[in-house]
Amino acid sequence: MEQILFYFYALVACGCAIAVVLSQNVVRMAFWLVLSLASVAGLFFLLDADFVGATQLLIYVGGTVVLLIFGVMLTASGPYVQLKSSPADVMQAGLIGVAFLALVSSTVLAVNWEENEHKIAGHATETAGYNPAQSGNTSRPIGTALLGLRFDKDLAQPGDHAAEGHSHGGHGHTHDAKAGVSTGYLLPFEIVSVHLLVVLVGAAYLARAKRRNVAAS
Amino acid sequence: MGLNPYLLVAAVMFVCGVVCMATKRNGIGILMGVELVLNGANINLVAFSKYGSIGLDGQIMSLFVIVLAAAEAAVALAIALNFYNNHLTIDVDQAAELQG
Repeated sequence: MEQILFYFYALVACGCAIAVVLSQNVVRMAFWLVLSLASVAGLFFLLDADFVGATQLLIYVGGTVVLLIFGVMLTASGPYVQLKSSPADVMQAGLIGVAFLALVSSTVLAVNWEENEHKIAGHATETAGYNPAQSGNTSRPIGTALLGLRFDKDLAQPGDHAAEGHSHGGHGHTHDAKAGVSTGYLLPFEIVSVHLLVVLVGAAYLARAKRRNVAAS
Repeated sequence: MGLNPYLLVAAVMFVCGVVCMATKRNGIGILMGVELVLNGANINLVAFSKYGSIGLDGQIMSLFVIVLAAAEAAVALAIALNFYNNHLTIDVDQAAELQG
């Protein structure tokens, strides 16, 4: 079942991403982008990241794409405006894109990730979790981590091998018995929230309603 | 499911975003390419969060990426609206004032 769902979501995500590149109309691009982002949210759910998947649906599909469609609406001079690129540009970009994809995918396939994982983390990769494996209940650990508390790392017992081996998933926490209190993300959370506030004030300032050519008249 | 299929999906989305940024002449289309690139990176982060040893940190990083993408979209749309007010078009090839 997981295989079937993965292939479905992966095909929809990749196909709609390619359709975004190939379509010329901006509104159709926005439609394919919505489908692609929604199936990426499905991939997040398959990866046991339920909070990130829900955030993806709420913020991207519900917010950012609507913002983009408002941008299309406010900037289109005609209903079917098409800005076509020259075929030579499309050919060049397509060739470079295919070459880039070959490079990236050959790199991904060439690396043995399991072995690297053992090399980096040593033999102490005991995967113990705050949550049992594959429960997917990540919103509370993420919330406490954003407040600076890492219950998911600190409360993990040394013998609590909830999920051994990477194929069974879990969250794969590296448990270190000597560490006192693990570090959380309180400062980046505050920085990013102030950043968002400043950015929204700046965007409202940049896009404020003003008459065209005030200085000229 | 292993790690590799997710990384390949992320690579396809990343490359689509890069090609979209390179070929589109519409400013909004370029923004959509940026969104695709950031989503490909997010898939990587969440996949390593499950199959690697970084634990929940990957998911938290992907949340930060989502928030920063929303902020970037807001500012870029404001810039696009200003550009449209000044040039009466959204074609990014028309923005050539800074050429020497």
